[in-house]
Amino acid sequence: MPIEVRKPGLSTTVQDAGRTGYYDLGIPPSGALDQYSLRAANLLVGNPVGAAALECVYLGPQLVFTEPAVVAVAGAEMAPRVNGEGRPLWESFDVRAGDVLDFGYIKAGARAYLAVSGGIDVPEVLGSRSTYGLGALGGLEGRPLQEGDTLPLGAGDGTAGRSVPEDLRPALGKDNEVRVVMGLYDHRLTEAGRKTFLDTTWTLTPVADRIGFRYKGPALETVEREQPFGAGHDPSNIVDAPYPIGSIQVPGGVEPIILHRDAVSGGGYMMIATVISGDLDVVAQSAPNTRTRFIELDLDAALAARADHRRRVQRLHEALG
Amino acid sequence: MPRHEVVSPIPGVFYRRPDPDSDPFATEGQNVGADDTVCLVEVMKSFHQVPAGAAGTVVEFLVENEDVVDAGQVVAIIDGAGDGG
Repeated sequence: MPIEVRKPGLSTTVQDAGRTGYYDLGIPPSGALDQYSLRAANLLVGNPVGAAALECVYLGPQLVFTEPAVVAVAGAEMAPRVNGEGRPLWESFDVRAGDVLDFGYIKAGARAYLAVSGGIDVPEVLGSRSTYGLGALGGLEGRPLQEGDTLPLGAGDGTAGRSVPEDLRPALGKDNEVRVVMGLYDHRLTEAGRKTFLDTTWTLTPVADRIGFRYKGPALETVEREQPFGAGHDPSNIVDAPYPIGSIQVPGGVEPIILHRDAVSGGGYMMIATVISGDLDVVAQSAPNTRTRFIELDLDAALAARADHRRRVQRLHEALG
Repeated sequence: MPRHEVVSPIPGVFYRRPDPDSDPFATEGQNVGADDTVCLVEVMKSFHQVPAGAAGTVVEFLVENEDVVDAGQVVAIIDGAGDGG
């Protein structure tokens, strides 16, 4: 097998563009939380944009290559090293048979994507190689990497020395803005509750993971009501409804949670807003203690932001085409 | 005497004890081995043990219990055991 896992890192998983079409059955899309960085890493090594790569969270793995390959790391500022020698981020480089690839401490962001020419060739499950940990599905045996694992690679023909231009690399910081469209259950908030949500600088808690990102801040005031048939007694309860990826629920009116790509597909908490698709990448790169403001967009502005995001992706393709 | 910095490799919540009812892993003035756990860092609902990294005497902890730390942050200082420690 071309890659041996000497140290697994904190939670390194195989992820691709995601597993679409099964959320109605309770199986979430999974896939890279930061889709832009996955795409960039794959383009750098000459892979199809949705090829499977390694998502490395907070602490990277240590890998031994038994065959030569071209690799690239994009996303979080977690500098790769080959045999202890530093290599650039957002740039493809060669590894030879016997080389050891590992990473320095993470300096900004949360998730680095390591793409290898040919892609990580684990079997597809329901049309995707992505790991869904809660369901023990996909990836390598449905779980994060462990010491002693081996990873198969597909056939690739990458080129070293290709890089993403500076202006196409995301800015990573401890203060960010995440754009949202309000609804569908924001009518459960009072005017004051809504204002609190949009005026607060929220702090990301360390429990944030691939399922949800939970933020600390003040409680949100809800409108008094009679408990509807089928809903729980808490003011934040609704009659069960599907949860969109990116929806923000506020159980008990405290600590909003952004659901991400390993989310449960439905439940009984009010969703007061939904993160626009492009900004899910921003959420993905948030480390504990990141300060976040939620910025309200109307639907037209959200669609314009999506068009902007697509143009940026297009420019990335042109730069690395 | 070599001074060794114990660094948290991950961001998260810093804990001095394995659980709230237990004694701390290590206290100032205590001798520890290189592989001894001196603290925990919690992130993504799991706990990561941080070893001393060098044998010697714990000089001080630089972080309060339950503070949030960054990856690469120095959390404690060990006074090395002397020759090669």
